[in-house]
Amino acid sequence: MSEQKRQSEDKLLEKVTSSEYKYGFTTDVESDTIPKGLSEDVVRIISAKKNEPEWMLQYRLKAYNAWLEMEEPNWANINYTKPNYQEIIYYSAPKQKPVLDSLDDLDPEMKEMFDKLGISIDEQNKLANVAVDIVMDSVSVATSFKETLAEKGIIFCPISDAIQDHPELVKKYLGSVVPARDNFFSALNAAVFSDGSFCYIPKGVKCPMELSTYFRINEAGTGQFERTLLIADEGSQVSYLEGCTAPMRDENQLHAAVVELIAMDNADIKYSTVQNWYPGNAEGVGGVFNFVTKRGICHKSAKISWTQVETGSAVTWKYPSCILKGDNSIGEFFSVAVTNNRQQADTGTKMIHLGKNTKSTIIAKGISAGKSEGNYRGLVRISKGATNSRNFSQCDSLLMGNKCGSHTFPYIEVKNNSSKVEHEATTSKIGEDQIFYCNQRGIGTEAAIALIVNGYCKDVLNQLPMEFAVEAQKLLEISLEGSVG
Amino acid sequence: MLQIKELKAGIEGNQILKGINLEVKAGEIHAIMGPNGSGKSTLSAVIAGKEEYEVEGGAISFDGENLLELDPEERAHNGIFLSFQYPVEIPGISVSNFIKTSITEKRKAQGLEPLPTKNLLKMMREKMELLSIKKGYLSRNMNEGFSGGEKKRNEIFQMAMLEPKLAILDETDSGLDIDALRIVANGVNKLRTGDNATIVITHYQRLLDYIVPDFVHVLHNGRIIKSGGKELALELEEKGYDWITKEADKKWA
Repeated sequence: MSEQKRQSEDKLLEKVTSSEYKYGFTTDVESDTIPKGLSEDVVRIISAKKNEPEWMLQYRLKAYNAWLEMEEPNWANINYTKPNYQEIIYYSAPKQKPVLDSLDDLDPEMKEMFDKLGISIDEQNKLANVAVDIVMDSVSVATSFKETLAEKGIIFCPISDAIQDHPELVKKYLGSVVPARDNFFSALNAAVFSDGSFCYIPKGVKCPMELSTYFRINEAGTGQFERTLLIADEGSQVSYLEGCTAPMRDENQLHAAVVELIAMDNADIKYSTVQNWYPGNAEGVGGVFNFVTKRGICHKSAKISWTQVETGSAVTWKYPSCILKGDNSIGEFFSVAVTNNRQQADTGTKMIHLGKNTKSTIIAKGISAGKSEGNYRGLVRISKGATNSRNFSQCDSLLMGNKCGSHTFPYIEVKNNSSKVEHEATTSKIGEDQIFYCNQRGIGTEAAIALIVNGYCKDVLNQLPMEFAVEAQKLLEISLEGSVG
Repeated sequence: MLQIKELKAGIEGNQILKGINLEVKAGEIHAIMGPNGSGKSTLSAVIAGKEEYEVEGGAISFDGENLLELDPEERAHNGIFLSFQYPVEIPGISVSNFIKTSITEKRKAQGLEPLPTKNLLKMMREKMELLSIKKGYLSRNMNEGFSGGEKKRNEIFQMAMLEPKLAILDETDSGLDIDALRIVANGVNKLRTGDNATIVITHYQRLLDYIVPDFVHVLHNGRIIKSGGKELALELEEKGYDWITKEADKKWA
């Protein structure tokens, strides 16, 4: 442990033990909501409630007007009943979760899940909103780590704060990678996003910690239309982790987030996601629709690496992408997407090579079980000017049982002849022979499946920060429990 | 230790084993020989508990317990080890991780804590030496890209690590060159104690030059048609199977 880290932990401990539980049990949170449905007035109200500057309001209105003219996309290999956008409430103050007296009051199913994931009691208490005397108060945790970050000039705050405090950065970069009119869901998000994260790493700074590892409890309550903007200035480095292995139940069925990453010259961004939204019941009823637009731009010799472990949601529509604009820039995409029961996923990536000598790597692992449908959809585009560029793609599918489906839709466009593109794809089934072999070595069937699946996903799990890799492994096991009879 | 009585078993309605009787005691090595299709591999699969095989009659007891009531992993926990004729690949899982899982699960079933990694690694190193296994092997993925000889040696390595009471070596000699055969056989001999037992299933007498059996049984058409000492294997080598099988065919016709 570095001296600095030890100091900040000491400080933190002191704060936690000396401070009172800050949340209180009465609510003075604004309880007002606005009428359901979407209109120009609604967009204005949202902006006004957040006390936003005029430019931000104009940005939202422009997005709203663009959205009005757009149609919900139909091209993905998923079936769902399209939400009625006039039935959704676009602004409501954060709801106070019911406060429990102890973890014993928690839904036993949730409790079991927490235990299986190996989430500490402290964190369980936070996640379940249990009132306890001494709790690792995430607010003070956050404050303490923010101090460490501030010393390095790193800005990490809710995006609504950034709009107030760092308007020049937000104004310059918001929508620069994912324009509002990019697609139906990004336009909707730009018009009505409630909050999200903002992060700026100054030139040459190496972020000293995994961002959001310590904040995940705070971040767990993110809203329906989340907006993330991450800027890594020249030569800086950052690893960002979003999401949570703990199951996330949400009353909002539609989630349309937008994430934009900007990697300036020689910057390095690693963005990891663990997504475990409620997938609905075994028949798929009540699950979350996760329609996300994630994209990053790499300037000269910059690198963006996306890692995702997707196990939740009833329907997933998501293609974290890299625009390799600068020469010698690098894009990576590592993904595990699990579908079980009635889940559907259409996910993959886009690697757009514009600069010379750009490189991209795609490792996508799909696992389908139950009656689910898993699709990989990926685009590798190497433009005329992207000479000597390279791509390697590997898309594997693992099927469990014989009622699920898996499809791969790779699109490859190469416009010059000095570049090289490789694509490998495999489809396999967990064999009874493999399971029997494990059984014979004393490993029961469930454990055998977990082992085989972990081996299959190893290349992706290895990309995750250590503590999350362990949780993600367990999450995979739980997601597939009982899927082979 | 192992008692098989009038065992009848088959797959998809075809009866393959038609009444096997066999008793194996601690400290003994039994060889089961026989022509192709005689039921040798079926017998090992039924003892290990492979699901596709249906037991239609008879009984198997192991240390006094009814083996047929146990799941394959429970049989393994009780000390039965099958060295596979065709070991399967498990991509992405290292040999060390697999063996660690295997040992941990076995200990769990016995109500024991997992072995500390340090002890486990020490044990692995010892057993690797015993089997002349080179460094770097532990981090390779289970059987992925292994040669035939490496796969078989990997089976015996696991056997050495798991220290079973009863090991069944199913055609462990097939696909092995003479050097690999000698190493594997040496390993088996070194692991032999008065408390464990081995069943060697083989086509050829060759392996029995290195692993010397106490008993040799000839399996034909789902029955053990002749049993004897190690000299029976030599006789078979010399005369082939015909002289016994013809006699047996007449008897069961």
